[in-house]
Amino acid sequence: MIEPLFSALAALLTPQHLGFMALGVSVGLVVGVLPGLGGIAGLALLLPFIYGMDQISALAMLIGLVAVIPTSDTFASVLMGIPGSSASQATVVDGFPLAKKGEAARALSAAFSASLIGGLFGALVLTAFVLVARPLILAFGSAELFMLTVFGLSMVGVLSGSNLAKGVAACGVGLAFGCIGAAPATGEYRMDFNALYLSDGIPLVIVGLGIFAIPEIVDLLRLRQTIAGGNPLGSGWLQGVRDTWANKWLALRCSGIGAIIGAIPGLGGSVVDWIAYGHVVQTSKDRSQFGKGDIRGVIAPESANNAKEGGGLVPTLLFGIPGSGAMAIFLAGMILVGLQPGPAMVGRNLDVTYTIVWSLALANVLGTAMCIALAPGIARLTTIRYMLIAPFMIMVIAFAAFQATRSLYDLVALLGVGVLGIFMKRFGWSRPAFLIGFVLALQAERYLYQAVQFAGWNFLTRPLVIGIVVLTVVSVWLGARKRPGEATLSINTEGSAEAARATVLRPQIVFTGLMLALFVFTFIEGVQNSFLGAVFPVGVGVVGGLAALAVLVLQLRGERAGTANFDSEANVDKSTGDPGPWPFVAWLVGFVGAVGIVGFLAGLFLFFVLFLRIAARCSWLQTGVLTVAAIAFILVFANAMNLVFPGGLLQAYFDLPWPFR
Amino acid sequence: MTLDRRTFVSGVAATAGLAASGALAKVSAQAASFEGKTVEWVIPFAEGGGSDVWARFMAPFLSKHLPGRPSVIIRNVPGGGSITGTNEFAARAKPDGLSFIGTSGSTQFPYLLGDPRVRYDYRDFEPVLVSPTGGVVYLPSKFGVASAKDLGKIKGQELVYGSQGATSLDLVPMLAFVVLGLNVRHVFGMRGRGEGRLAFERGEATIDYQTSSAYLTNVIPLVKKGDAVPLFSYGVLDAKGNVQRDPTFPDIPHFVEAYEMMNGKKPSGVAFNAYISFFGSGFAAQKPAMLPKGTPKPIVAAYRKAFADAVADPELQAKKDKVLGDYEQATGDDIEALYKVATSIEPDARAWVREFLTKNHNVRF
Repeated sequence: MIEPLFSALAALLTPQHLGFMALGVSVGLVVGVLPGLGGIAGLALLLPFIYGMDQISALAMLIGLVAVIPTSDTFASVLMGIPGSSASQATVVDGFPLAKKGEAARALSAAFSASLIGGLFGALVLTAFVLVARPLILAFGSAELFMLTVFGLSMVGVLSGSNLAKGVAACGVGLAFGCIGAAPATGEYRMDFNALYLSDGIPLVIVGLGIFAIPEIVDLLRLRQTIAGGNPLGSGWLQGVRDTWANKWLALRCSGIGAIIGAIPGLGGSVVDWIAYGHVVQTSKDRSQFGKGDIRGVIAPESANNAKEGGGLVPTLLFGIPGSGAMAIFLAGMILVGLQPGPAMVGRNLDVTYTIVWSLALANVLGTAMCIALAPGIARLTTIRYMLIAPFMIMVIAFAAFQATRSLYDLVALLGVGVLGIFMKRFGWSRPAFLIGFVLALQAERYLYQAVQFAGWNFLTRPLVIGIVVLTVVSVWLGARKRPGEATLSINTEGSAEAARATVLRPQIVFTGLMLALFVFTFIEGVQNSFLGAVFPVGVGVVGGLAALAVLVLQLRGERAGTANFDSEANVDKSTGDPGPWPFVAWLVGFVGAVGIVGFLAGLFLFFVLFLRIAARCSWLQTGVLTVAAIAFILVFANAMNLVFPGGLLQAYFDLPWPFR
Repeated sequence: MTLDRRTFVSGVAATAGLAASGALAKVSAQAASFEGKTVEWVIPFAEGGGSDVWARFMAPFLSKHLPGRPSVIIRNVPGGGSITGTNEFAARAKPDGLSFIGTSGSTQFPYLLGDPRVRYDYRDFEPVLVSPTGGVVYLPSKFGVASAKDLGKIKGQELVYGSQGATSLDLVPMLAFVVLGLNVRHVFGMRGRGEGRLAFERGEATIDYQTSSAYLTNVIPLVKKGDAVPLFSYGVLDAKGNVQRDPTFPDIPHFVEAYEMMNGKKPSGVAFNAYISFFGSGFAAQKPAMLPKGTPKPIVAAYRKAFADAVADPELQAKKDKVLGDYEQATGDDIEALYKVATSIEPDARAWVREFLTKNHNVRF
């Protein structure tokens, strides 16, 4: 092990190989900084250049990109409140409140240092664990994977917001959204309205952006100021590093969690950050600051999401089973340079594996250094008037959304989920709970079905399954322990209920009623399937429906509704000229509508000019400069990725040259 | 063997037709030049899938051998299990030689099954390359089955197969098991054959297949350790439409041989015909590259020649084994017969499969 380890390092340490690694890191940095674009988009960007490269250069470049994304995606999560990629959704919960308090610098440096620890830990795990991982990975059958999804879902307990029933219902809404499309057991289509677009389900990137980014953008626009809200940026760079050092054991624990979850094929990387976040909340003594800007809420997910890459490479290399969408493209890259993953990766091809290990470690160091170097500049975005930032954000998330299937429907889905997100935020329905439900819905159903099919209900008696059940119970118990002086059992992901108590409850009653109707619909769509395709949606419909009903009953009690009463619009002071969210939603609808008529590029142009002139009241000069910059940026990106933009009616009737096509 | 005859006749007819038009096209092919142009290769799957890798591997060679050396870029149009992108291509692509599509078994299957969401017709397209692939079905050694000859021993026993879905590529092994009379329970929801192999290694699944390259790297070690036994390969189709041994696995009998070893006679009947159609579409002619409807003959001829030259390129031959395997790529005149097998099915065989899927696996059409 030692000899190949160092010969691999020696092979990697040539200017050419390091140059390609730095190239991968640089592309990963840019892609990660842009909200919504993650490893999949980044690797797809590099894939065309793989052909003809030598193996070490190609691997170093691809790994360089993979390694830096969970570090650089922190920028958007912390500074904008928009998940930079699906790996850092949980970072938003505490990272963004820190930025709003003017502690962006501290949050970023804590996140980067935690990422570095996680990344190096992941590389370490890959070095040693890959040699012995085979039997351990084979120990996780569908039964164990199902229990792990249940474990993931149990994190909703601490992320349910101010009211547990509402949290469960929110998770249920996520699960119901996850049921859209083909059933994993039978291939039957559910809740797809016979639309081909919905037959594959709604893409995760769209749900993640819609549920977090759109409500955040709209809220920030309403405030008509900067993200930092006039707070100074702060010079907490060193403070952030000290925070991580003070919580080094937490960072290591979460790295371990990330590496383990990443190494178990099938669970997917998108839930790692939430599990780490749930873990830190459950094990902390003072939970009062979580959701309001607790630095530990940044350190935990950031160490875990970097470590998961190292862990995730274990099954990718040993079995050729990609743990995530990004790993699938990485595998394709390996095959294109003539490497087929399999048992030989720890035998004949061990040097290749160790090249990957070193690339991962070095890229993590390089990526962290580059992020720290860029941070002060990028952090300054929070001091710019948000009216000028918003159109760029909308452009980038729209661009990221249509990476999913490259169609106009991607934008429509983004808008739809975004409106749902606005209401969930307003009425205190936990969006993290929703997202956990969505991410785990298909896995939960798939593995439950497979476990029962492979082993019958006896699967519940398997030792490892029982072990995970115990772990789940302990973790729920840790989270549910009420400590003296604590008002709620769960952290307030959407703000506190006390500050959002309404006297007129009708809007939230209507919303709860709609969610109840969604569960009824899920139930009805479910029962139409064969037994195996019906069990899961019917179960979601029943449990979610009961939770929504409980919320509804409480809300119908009017002023005595307690924590179920939550309407952040209730106490908005209308005299400050706050226009409410709807004018800005109308802008978004207008943008998507314009794309539907004249295509993406022309629609984007119109949106920029009109928004900057009318909403942001910019001068023509400023409008022109910003619009040209935006269009140029998007063209460079689209050109590099060989993209055709989503077309509208215009494109359906007229044949236009690229980029208007 | 009605099927062989049918394919043979159509193959001969097509070949004759092609030879005639080929003579004409040869002259005008030189007129078709793509100098300074960009050619789009539409792949209706996301980046990183098998079809994407296939296209990315072939693209530089195609670029090199097309007249005028245009740049060839891959355009991924994912969604709808590849139906979306193919529908869009069929509706929109212009027959100017600047865009063509590469599909896979998962695009052919819904077409063969008469899925109402399909709005493309393979008879409209102009095939310019057909890439075969293969796979090997294997069992755990604990059953004491040394080869297909002993399969009778486990005829009554229930085997478990980890499947990606009843209408996915795993329809081919499903039909193979039915023809052999094996009692197999299909557990769906596997995402890729890798997960099926993992279930096999864990002992959850008791019969599995892997595509050639995955078999070589991941199953051969199991066979060497004595944990797994190969039963049969799917085989390949020769120019006459007969099943032949897989060149990657010359020592493993192909499906038809395995059937004979087990039953002492050749397979026949509607179920076997259905199997052959889906086997052709899913393996022997899995990935066709096609120009859109109405593409002028000289352009088609230019593409066929370019692909033939690309496949003959020594550099491609040197590098192909990890991506294409040992399979002979159908180019030029060999295309028509294979393409026909991959994209057509007899009405009674189709009706039989539809009914089989509806009755056993609740598939609604």
